[in-house]
Amino acid sequence: MTRPSDDQLRAILVDMVEARIQSGRLWNLQRQGQVGTMAPIDGHEAVVAATAHALDPAHDWILPQYREPLALQRFGPEVLEQYMLYNVGHPDGSRLPPTVRVAPLQISLATQIPHAVGLAWGMTLRNEPGVATVFFGDGSSSEGDFHEAANLAGVLQAPVILLCVNNQWAISTPLHQQTAAATLADRAVGYGIHGHRIDGNDAAEVFNAVDEARRRALDGGGPTLIEAVVYRLGAHTTADDPTRYVPAEDLEAAQRADPVARLADHLTGLGLWDDEACAAVEAEAMTRIDEAFERAISQPLAVDAVFDHCFATDTPRIARQRAGMLEAASREPGVGP
Amino acid sequence: MTGTSELTMLQAINEALHGEMDRDERVVVLGEDIGHVGGVFRATEGLFEKFGGTRVVDTPLSEGAIVGSAVGLAMAGLVPVAEIQFLGFSYQAMHQIAGQMARLRYRSQGRFEPAITVRAPFGGGVRTPELHSDSIEGQLANVSGLKVVTPATAADAKGLLAASIRDPDPVMFLEPLRGYRGIRGKVPDGNHVVPLGSARAARDGDDLVIVAWSYQVELACRVADALAAEGLSIAVLDLRSLVPLDIEAIASAVDRCGRAVVVEEASQTGGFAGEVLATMVEECFWSLEAPVVRVSGFDVPYPVGMLEDTFVPDEARIAAAVRRTLETA
Repeated sequence: MTRPSDDQLRAILVDMVEARIQSGRLWNLQRQGQVGTMAPIDGHEAVVAATAHALDPAHDWILPQYREPLALQRFGPEVLEQYMLYNVGHPDGSRLPPTVRVAPLQISLATQIPHAVGLAWGMTLRNEPGVATVFFGDGSSSEGDFHEAANLAGVLQAPVILLCVNNQWAISTPLHQQTAAATLADRAVGYGIHGHRIDGNDAAEVFNAVDEARRRALDGGGPTLIEAVVYRLGAHTTADDPTRYVPAEDLEAAQRADPVARLADHLTGLGLWDDEACAAVEAEAMTRIDEAFERAISQPLAVDAVFDHCFATDTPRIARQRAGMLEAASREPGVGP
Repeated sequence: MTGTSELTMLQAINEALHGEMDRDERVVVLGEDIGHVGGVFRATEGLFEKFGGTRVVDTPLSEGAIVGSAVGLAMAGLVPVAEIQFLGFSYQAMHQIAGQMARLRYRSQGRFEPAITVRAPFGGGVRTPELHSDSIEGQLANVSGLKVVTPATAADAKGLLAASIRDPDPVMFLEPLRGYRGIRGKVPDGNHVVPLGSARAARDGDDLVIVAWSYQVELACRVADALAAEGLSIAVLDLRSLVPLDIEAIASAVDRCGRAVVVEEASQTGGFAGEVLATMVEECFWSLEAPVVRVSGFDVPYPVGMLEDTFVPDEARIAAAVRRTLETA
């Protein structure tokens, strides 16, 4: 096991602080009607950023759900650019360049888990070193795709890390209504794979667990299910009102375990972090997201873009529909290709 | 020089799989019972022995994970050919077929190439248990991003399967259960590819065209041959694929004949015959001399064995529809 160096922890903290600030900025943009529904990252920063730092962006894949992108900076600045395009509703928001090993966001929960198993399996067939790490939540662990994928991963001994971020809530449904199991990590036993339950608010523990799972997978030791226990500090999404169901005292207790404050305190004690450093990182994060937003809303969009990339080549039916749209657009002044 | 061999549809499918695995080492075959035993119908026979257990993989009984992991394999740059043992079982993978595989290219805006083929037998007439016979090609054709391929002859089964595996888009390759051993014919040896989206004139004729796909082409041809003895000139158009649809071939046949019958085994409401009929009306309204008639399964679940023959369109029902359409002034 490799413990993260102090420099690595500081780099993780920078990503965590940026993610939280940018998530808040996105929330406000949504309230202003500038972007669509978004899912705040609050409470997930350590598990996402530390995972990204424990992986090798040149060889390893991340398959996110939808709450992670802002803390995946280690995989490239393109992730933020793409995420802003996604939030403004531009189709390019789903396309990352081939060098960035991050899959598109997944909205249909748990469906990305078998993709990760197939991708990891495919990498072994192609003799490519690397692991696939897939994020999903406690709610997703009830979906059939989780069980089918975990079982298949075990049979194939695929180099995949199943990273269950247990934030205690599936929108309004608490964990005890999601499962009667004592822990989600225990389920690994049933699939014959490794399982670990970790404190997802502890960036160093996340880094260690992912690093260990990654090394094992690369050595042919098969998949690992990691249950990272956190608490969702914000709303499920901008469409949610958690005050209707999250007990205030639970939230207060969770706020005292805030992963960002915790790592900041640790690094402050080592003399590696202070208010000035934090303010500088926050200012930089705001600048970057605002610039990315401006670029996103000015990204060109073809009149007939809705037809692109459905098939490699338009079917006769789509070709007719596309021609009809272009023809109609050409008759409207000021509109058209 | 290459010749032809007389093969069953099943043998033709097997030849295509061997050929494509030989040709492209990225091709990986996965599914339930497709390895050691060679498939419950033996469609994958010999692949495991020839290409080994890393490229021919028996999976757990897990339709969602078969299609879901095929999506991941495609993301890794491989060309998966997955088998769903019976098309009716694909309901347990529909979230991956419709929600994921079909839109991988769209969701990634072209970054990932979903060169995935999902093979499955479908259709009835062989007294199988429940959910082994469902014809859901219309449901699949309504999923944007999927190609739906429905061979009716042994030669096409080989040529269309090769084209499907080589196609950069996800293909649902639907094999008629009754045709596996019931349909046989001359199949070109070696490399044989039939492009997707090009319908086939199975019978020429000028009085009426029967449009069909899969096993119903076989039935339509028998009807056309029988009516030829009465001096009727009945064309049969085999669509070969529902997506992409050969709109031109449909329009051309209807313009020529002026009368048409569409045959499908699926339940009628929302079935693909309705799409074919709508296409005829859009393209050829002024050429039509009589209302177009659909011969379909009924709007009930595919029934048990003793009711099966009353559900599945047969030659008598098709012939009756043809006569009725011809008799309309």
